Amino acid sequence: MGTLIEEIFSRKTGTTVHAGEILLLDVDTIMSHDNTTPLAIKAFHEIGKPIHSKNQIVLHFDHAYPAPNILAAENHKMIIDFVKKQDLPNFFRQGVCHQVMIEEGFITPGAIVIGADSHSNTYGALGAFGTGLGSTEIGVAWVTGKCWFKVPETIRIELTGKTRPGVFAKDVMLHIAGLMGMDGGIYRSIEFGGEYINNLPVHERIVFSNMSTEIGAKCGLIAADEITIEYLQNETRANGPLETFGPVNPHYERVVGIDVSSIGPLIACHPDVDHVKPVEQVEGLEINEVYIGTCTNARYEDIEIVANMLKGKKVNPYTRVIVTPASEQIHRKAIKSGLIEILMDAGCIVTGSGCGACIGRHGGILAAGERALTTMNRNFIGRMGSPLSEIYLASPATAAATALTGKITDPRKYVEFV
Amino acid sequence: MGKAWMFGENLNTDEIIPGRFNITIDPIELAKNIFFEIKPAYAINVKNGDIIGGGQNFGCGSSREHAPIAIKGSQAKCIIASSYARIFFRNAINIGLPIFECPEAVADIEEGNEVVVDISSGNINNITKGHTYQARALPDFFLKIVAAGGIVNFLKDHNIQELVA
Repeated sequence: MGTLIEEIFSRKTGTTVHAGEILLLDVDTIMSHDNTTPLAIKAFHEIGKPIHSKNQIVLHFDHAYPAPNILAAENHKMIIDFVKKQDLPNFFRQGVCHQVMIEEGFITPGAIVIGADSHSNTYGALGAFGTGLGSTEIGVAWVTGKCWFKVPETIRIELTGKTRPGVFAKDVMLHIAGLMGMDGGIYRSIEFGGEYINNLPVHERIVFSNMSTEIGAKCGLIAADEITIEYLQNETRANGPLETFGPVNPHYERVVGIDVSSIGPLIACHPDVDHVKPVEQVEGLEINEVYIGTCTNARYEDIEIVANMLKGKKVNPYTRVIVTPASEQIHRKAIKSGLIEILMDAGCIVTGSGCGACIGRHGGILAAGERALTTMNRNFIGRMGSPLSEIYLASPATAAATALTGKITDPRKYVEFV
Repeated sequence: MGKAWMFGENLNTDEIIPGRFNITIDPIELAKNIFFEIKPAYAINVKNGDIIGGGQNFGCGSSREHAPIAIKGSQAKCIIASSYARIFFRNAINIGLPIFECPEAVADIEEGNEVVVDISSGNINNITKGHTYQARALPDFFLKIVAAGGIVNFLKDHNIQELVA
């Protein structure tokens, strides 16, 4: 009974829980990566107690891998020593943590997954509870297998209608971010539903859950349905019973209704994710780097859109166009199908999988005065390099159109390709 | 008693400590580069017992704990904001940094005001202006963690079940 988050928590506890209660829950999976694991190890050693269950711990290298400097290298070495010493079975170096978590089958409907990364909300797209925590709590969970949660109130976002050509999940999510603001979902569970979501493939659903973080939400949930189960069975290593379930007689704090057919291509302008404008209003602004990557929009279908738009063309000679597939699985598929060759022929730099340029550590750092258009989820000042650079967020289609011209460009000009 | 350092709405973790400085987890080292882009004077002039004020959604952005650790390392006594980003809120409590929600105080306190905060009650006294404000007191659950100096210290001597007991 209740909202989707109340349903997930109630299934876990075997009781009926309500918004406002504080629960100490058994967690299923505990995720961290090269940026956040060192502090978790520190907390773990300070507590001085043994690991609760090795199988529930999952570690990734993705934020600065392979190491771009000596400090990062030493960080990785320290983590590998820990993995060996503790004999941890789940250690991955094959792409962005959130994508690999899904591919490796750790994310199933109803699972409770905590991650030392703010975009752990991503897992909500498959009907799991995913949320980001700090490293100390991850170290605590390694020892206890538990985590405390206040059951959040829910804001339901009801999405109806069909998107127009050239408009994607990213544009709809940017519309939501502009509408609700960076604190519009603070402390809340955001439940995305309605006929638009019901018909949406998983790779686009992920955009909503992933970016629920950007409006402050504790989690961004989408009820698991037949589309979810088919995806999990065909695209991931998930096994065991996979159940579909949704909210039952829910009480929402509020419901926000949006007709997606009214939305055009959007862009979040420097320096805030809720500084959202129609692409046509900022068309022509010079772009020095186009970055297609990250846990938001670097899945096979995203890369396919970009490749279709760039096929047989050349990107602007003064613009760096970097494509970083979210995972090796995606990268391999794009090699086999010929997409990577199309991108390279067009003049793109295709890199190994990982977080890449998103966090300003390596692989596409911005100089002072430079401007990037990316498929990322946040555009904080200085995130990709110099504090005097600017970041604009948009869909893969808008990124591809911009790559061709070197200026912010409306993807509908290339609508026959998208 | 300490001086108030005031910040605006939606202060994000990159503004508190830019990602490129997160190559250490040493609180004192992190504090050297705190607010590097937006208020470099803070790192130079902050004194033990000063307080930090902010608007809505304080600490939004990354889950990185470097942000509250840098603030704790800077010797600030506590944060008073209108509201917090949820991960920042948890992180601050978990490392034993007291934080209070009090929109009235944030609206009235100006940078440089002398302020006294009572951590256990949430009472805030603005000496400069002669005004007092009452923040929502922290729940027992959080006070247990803050009193122990963070959740790691709490777990050295206690079982996690005792938090909700």
